[in-house]
Amino acid sequence: MAINYLYPDYEVIRNQQRCINCRVCERQCANEVHRYDEELKMMVSDESKCVNCHRCVALCPTRALKIVKTDNTFKENANWTGEAITDVYRQAGTGGVLLASMGTPKNYPVYWDRMLINASQVTNPSIDPLREPMETTTFLGQKSAKIRRNPDGSINTKTTPQLKLSVPVMFSAMSYGSISYNAHKSLALAAQKLGIFYNTGEGGLHEDFYQYGPNTIVQVASGRFGVHPGYLKAGAAIEIKMGQGAKPGIGGHLPGAKIVGDVSKTRMIPQGTDAISPAPHHDIYSIEDLRQLVFMLKEATNYEKPVIVKIAAVHNVSAIASGVARSGADIIAIDGFRGGTGAAPARTRDNVGIPIELALACVDRRLREEGIRNNVSIVIGGSIRNSADIVKAIALGADAVYVATSALIALGCHLCRTCHLGKCNWGIATQRPDLVKRLNPEVGSERLVNLINAWNHEIKEMMGGMGINSIEALRGNRLMLRGIGLTEKELQILGILHAGE
Amino acid sequence: MKRVYVNEQWCLGCHLCEYFCAFANSGQSDMARALKDAVICPRIKVEEHDGISFAVNCRHCTEPLCVKSCIAGALSVKDGLIVIDQDKCVGCFSCIMSCPFGALMPSDTGVMQKCELCTSNSAGKPACVQGCPNRAIVFEER
Ligand code: SF4
Ligand code: SF4
Ligand code: SF4
Ligand code: SF4
Repeated sequence: MAINYLYPDYEVIRNQQRCINCRVCERQCANEVHRYDEELKMMVSDESKCVNCHRCVALCPTRALKIVKTDNTFKENANWTGEAITDVYRQAGTGGVLLASMGTPKNYPVYWDRMLINASQVTNPSIDPLREPMETTTFLGQKSAKIRRNPDGSINTKTTPQLKLSVPVMFSAMSYGSISYNAHKSLALAAQKLGIFYNTGEGGLHEDFYQYGPNTIVQVASGRFGVHPGYLKAGAAIEIKMGQGAKPGIGGHLPGAKIVGDVSKTRMIPQGTDAISPAPHHDIYSIEDLRQLVFMLKEATNYEKPVIVKIAAVHNVSAIASGVARSGADIIAIDGFRGGTGAAPARTRDNVGIPIELALACVDRRLREEGIRNNVSIVIGGSIRNSADIVKAIALGADAVYVATSALIALGCHLCRTCHLGKCNWGIATQRPDLVKRLNPEVGSERLVNLINAWNHEIKEMMGGMGINSIEALRGNRLMLRGIGLTEKELQILGILHAGE
Repeated sequence: MKRVYVNEQWCLGCHLCEYFCAFANSGQSDMARALKDAVICPRIKVEEHDGISFAVNCRHCTEPLCVKSCIAGALSVKDGLIVIDQDKCVGCFSCIMSCPFGALMPSDTGVMQKCELCTSNSAGKPACVQGCPNRAIVFEER
């Protein structure tokens, strides 16, 4: 084999005093790192294949394993970092685009961590959520700004279709194909138990999952895979995917190797053909075209379902959102640049788009200024990591948040960022039956329900601390936020004061 | 009575249940110390063939053939649990021949051993169930 210049990123450290040669690590590593040497009567490893997914670490019964970053080093260079050098080696070796998955690991500012939440003292008493009612139920859809009355004077309570969420959180789009059957089933079961929604992504809806329709958002993306009248009618809402935070401006490509069996059937494309989602929708080149698709979908579903338009957070996001808010859509979903993906060109993922915090703040302001904020609900996603991020997002103007990476982590994902290789050791981003099996949806859905319930408790705690007893009263309540270590410009865009002001 | 039930759909063939069983019955407090360089002899066995795997231990049958076949009266039913009195066992293998699940096996000392649902060790609940990473075996009333 020719030299590939690449030194393994990790070292597999086995404590030989603890290893009992049970070979669990060997059986569980789909990357074939571990092997039992019959002659030496001990386990050996080939760390060059390790992707640092921690499957072996988590399952080793004697805690004999750990994975460490190699300290093999290049000559120190602040410009030509080891990563920059190895990327060149990699491309010089393959001639290909560098692929990556999950959200960008780059060190961009995380604005959530530079905002602080307020609490009541003395004058405006805080509320104890365990003793007093605290409302986190949220409705998504167009809101009427005026009270309308019937001829007899009573209030007309008829609204356009709404989504009712018990917690302002939904599981965002991940297609069947990019994630496994069991991962989808875990999300569907959890959404049903929690009274929230999960999203099919662009791969269609497996026939087994039509039963979860009332808790499903069905997606229509540029590839239009798996879209038919039954599919549109099956969900509680329809999402038009215009863009994705991890890869704004480009489409998707699920290799033919993954289009097998049920994936091919669900996507309605032949087995073994590549599933290519074009970068744009070929019938949408303007807001007017978008409006046509929005109303086509509404027409097809008797105006019974809200339509979501999902866009990536890019430079002109507020102008684009303003257009979307006039397109007849009921909900805008904005996906920030830190959002995850099953596969994307690394350069796009790491360099295109803008942070969701800034996008949300500027979209909310723009829609308010234009008097069209009630036309749409705003849902944001792109790395919501915990309940504090959610509270901050809602105070910045979001109606609800989308989570995907957090949900996958709850299912066991260790963010090894090799989803695109299709050998996910946790049974999530894979279609290999022996690996898919590793995720028992009964266990998975329980963990998702636990996570969202825990977050709900924390949201209520923080709301109570602020003396606020409903999510509605927190929405867009920027006085509850203060910046820390932010510039004038950043504060101005976020629309918040600095701590101490 | 609560028993261990198998759901082969979720069994990964990881063999962890076997190691947790061997550890629970070793009487030791540290797994590495208990099982290092040992050839384990667990009371639960993972059967695998053609990509299908499942773990089998004693079913605690309502009509236990092993108890009927035992020539020494070493096997008995105690509140639904099939227990073995190793002091009485003479190592004749009759129970091994009669158990349709292959749930009895000779222990290190030559007499038979079997799963007693971790009632005679300090695990509390069946250790195999506690150690299974995918809920492929469960301990429940059915
Ligand atoms: S799982 Fe742990 S104890 Fe078992 S062989 Fe691997 S390193 Fe050794
Ligand atoms: S790839 Fe995952 S399972 Fe395999 S050795 Fe590395 S961390 Fe362990
Ligand atoms: S521990 Fe569970 S998954 Fe692993 S072999 Fe035993 S029963 Fe199967
Ligand atoms: S040892 Fe075999 S026959 Fe006896 S109770 Fe258990 S499963 Fe039944």
